Amino acid sequence: MKKLSFEKLNEFFAAVAAQKTLYLPVDNKVGKAEYKKWESGTEMSRALNTVRSAKDFFFPQTENLMEFKMSGKAVEVLDTREACEDFVIFGVRACDAASFNILDSVYLVDPVDSYYKNRREHGTVVTMACSRPAETCFCGTFGIDAADPAGDVTVWEIEGAYMLRANTEKGEALLASVDALLEDGCEKAVADAQAKTREIMKKLPLADFTTEGVGVGKTKELFDRPEWATLSESCLGCGTCTFVCPTCQCYDVRDFDTGNGIKRFRCWDSCMYSDFTQMAHGNSRNSQLERFRQRFMHKLVYYPDRNNGTFGCVGCGRCLARCPISMNIVKVVKALGGKN
Amino acid sequence: MQEMMQKRAVELLENGTVDRVLGWSVGDFPYDMTPAVFRSAAEVKDRFVYNDFCAANLSKYLVKECRAGGKILVFLKPCDTYSFNQLMAEHRIKREMIHVIGIECFGKADVDKLKDMGIEGITGISMKDGSYTVSTVYGDTTVKAADAMAERCLSCKSKKHMVYDELIGAEGEVVEDCNRFDMVEKLEAMTPDERYEFWRGELSRCIRCNACRNVCPACTCEKCIFDNPNSGVSQKAAVNSFEENMFHIIRAFHVAGRCTDCGECSRVCPQSIPLHLLNRKFIKDVNTFYGEYQAGEDPAAKPPLGKYEKNDIEPGEAGGANA
Repeated sequence: MKKLSFEKLNEFFAAVAAQKTLYLPVDNKVGKAEYKKWESGTEMSRALNTVRSAKDFFFPQTENLMEFKMSGKAVEVLDTREACEDFVIFGVRACDAASFNILDSVYLVDPVDSYYKNRREHGTVVTMACSRPAETCFCGTFGIDAADPAGDVTVWEIEGAYMLRANTEKGEALLASVDALLEDGCEKAVADAQAKTREIMKKLPLADFTTEGVGVGKTKELFDRPEWATLSESCLGCGTCTFVCPTCQCYDVRDFDTGNGIKRFRCWDSCMYSDFTQMAHGNSRNSQLERFRQRFMHKLVYYPDRNNGTFGCVGCGRCLARCPISMNIVKVVKALGGKN
Repeated sequence: MQEMMQKRAVELLENGTVDRVLGWSVGDFPYDMTPAVFRSAAEVKDRFVYNDFCAANLSKYLVKECRAGGKILVFLKPCDTYSFNQLMAEHRIKREMIHVIGIECFGKADVDKLKDMGIEGITGISMKDGSYTVSTVYGDTTVKAADAMAERCLSCKSKKHMVYDELIGAEGEVVEDCNRFDMVEKLEAMTPDERYEFWRGELSRCIRCNACRNVCPACTCEKCIFDNPNSGVSQKAAVNSFEENMFHIIRAFHVAGRCTDCGECSRVCPQSIPLHLLNRKFIKDVNTFYGEYQAGEDPAAKPPLGKYEKNDIEPGEAGGANA
């Protein structure tokens, strides 16, 4: 355990940024937190979390995959990948850190997604333990401890200082590189801070929210439940929930005609969109009910089915806060038979 | 209000006037009500809720509901009735299928404003003497209702219902001196470069979730051009950020003269982009060039951009009907 005094935070950021590109949550023009590149004078946001999740670093909303250039009958295929530089993301919360495992389980299994893997290898994740969770938080439901987030380095904010613990080799290396700024930390102070956060978590409105009623092997039981009709009835079919979600991982591959060639890019897709899984024969999910059901069955049944019971949700609460009509995964699970 | 609304909804369901009720359903928190269809008195008694956080404009749901047949009861706030009339004018909904109950409105609250004050861990909100007492796991806070009022309600254009079959609560007046064009005027006063920077900055946050389009009562195309793979402009994510900006500008053009300024686009934007300002610019321009016009005020009115008159303003010509 290492310790960094509050006064040295900017020095710490400067020292990290001198080696690698550093990103951290910063308040934007409208007072909401978003990840921005650190530059001298950048102030870290005090917000609990960013509107967009940290998945953007590894799975960006849009990226070019390759280009085709045509000259006469010749087609040239160009690799448009840019060299990825080493980067550090500071201030990731436990929920988002856990979401990386879910993305990994999709993108780092055979066939490995080299675009994703490349960014994962170059990224160092510094997490920040929560001290003031919000009512929309329910990471505990999925066994995630807001007071002890994963990541390469974990940071706790305690009175007057930050405590830092390296969890991986990457984390050790990062802390070693700024060792001159660090003192020896205090396990006891961290344990006290953790106990405090865990007490608060117990008092949150969703503290007792369980996944009872959903999960492995429930496809047949849940697929035709009449509740889907009422749950999806007022869904706007927008992509807000999927785009702010740290675990939503679907993408589409599109070609952009540049006039003398093709830019092939991929972009986030949303199962809420009418053209999701559109194929030559048409669409397999024609109604909003089917599309809505897909999103929740994926996170609550299909994903756990294939991943030893792990749910495809980390309880970050973004969909609870941002859905235009306040429909969300908690309401769905409760309606399908979870504990209220 | 809630009890009166529930009582009336139950009566109308039980006496067969309506088959179902469009309202708001109770949430997990004091502020997360979901628009919902209630099909029985029991459902209304059990889950119907109405409070300061029931902000969603229910008008657009009537497009879908009218196709399902039967008779629908809908609760509309004054601003929602403008959307209703506009949908009527565009033949998207059928008047005879809908029983409208107008409900009084003194402005809706925006929970994001409470959260922006640093209020977290909300467990309860109660209203007394023009203030909210917000209970949280970190303690209680009292906030003046005006400080938590949704941005769009701070420049409310009308507390009067444009259409209703019956009213619950008091009828208000059109707000003659609403300040809704203040920010538009500020934008107009900017240099083109400053204005460009303003919009590039705001729209740079867009995640192309389409919430603004999907919630918009003026956006009722069966298939949006941006969803049509054969249109050449269908993109879930833009090839470059300028294209994103064009999406919003094209959308604003498309709803020009039809937008009632209900403010749903800005309310639902997860990135807090002030999209309503684009629409208000068009409303202001229509007022200037074609004479005062409020979409949704009168469903029989000829829309200024949907008719031709010989003295219509020519491109590039200043002035117009008011000149």
